[in-house]
Amino acid sequence: MFEFAAALTLVSMALVLFRAVKGPTVYDRILAVNTFGTFSVILIALFGFLDGRPEFLDIAMVYALINFVATIAVTKFIKFARLGRTSNVEEVDDI
Amino acid sequence: MSMSALDITSWALIGSGAIFCLIGAFGLVRLPDLFSRMHAGSIIETLGILLLFSGLAIQAFELLPSTKAALLVCGKLLLIALFLFITNPTTTHALAQAALWGGINPKTGRRKKRGGSS
Repeated sequence: MFEFAAALTLVSMALVLFRAVKGPTVYDRILAVNTFGTFSVILIALFGFLDGRPEFLDIAMVYALINFVATIAVTKFIKFARLGRTSNVEEVDDI
Repeated sequence: MSMSALDITSWALIGSGAIFCLIGAFGLVRLPDLFSRMHAGSIIETLGILLLFSGLAIQAFELLPSTKAALLVCGKLLLIALFLFITNPTTTHALAQAALWGGINPKTGRRKKRGGSS
């Protein structure tokens, strides 16, 4: 059963990767890469169970954390063209 | 190997979670518009992750020798699911706002006005 779920996850990762390569706008690519990271979290968790070593969940947790921070950082970079202050932008709003 | 009720439940949960993940990925490819694609992508991190990880949590009690280790694995699974459950709306919100700010309008069912430049 773990093999079935892992195979479906791999197929989903291929589909999402297709959207990340093709995506017409940069936002499509960000969305696809974020979803790809989520799928890698699922795959790592499943692989830990498949291997009989659920300690892999720690790595999955780190992947989830890094995925969130990276997505927010890239979105902010695309919106403000910098990661630091937003002093020369008229509206100072959270993204 | 006899199938216990717990086994059947966990396998049904894992299978349906994986299928929901596949549906979400398929929607991410097939839907016509960025905002509807976000909508499809959030299926993965709500239904998919939740079903899949609850099935894995049940399996942990079957696979691991001691209850203590299984409870630890359950806690980690719950932590990951909770984190993704919180961060997915945050990410989607930030991305949608950045896309609107960047001049991408959602595709609506209305016909375009003649001569309109939207």
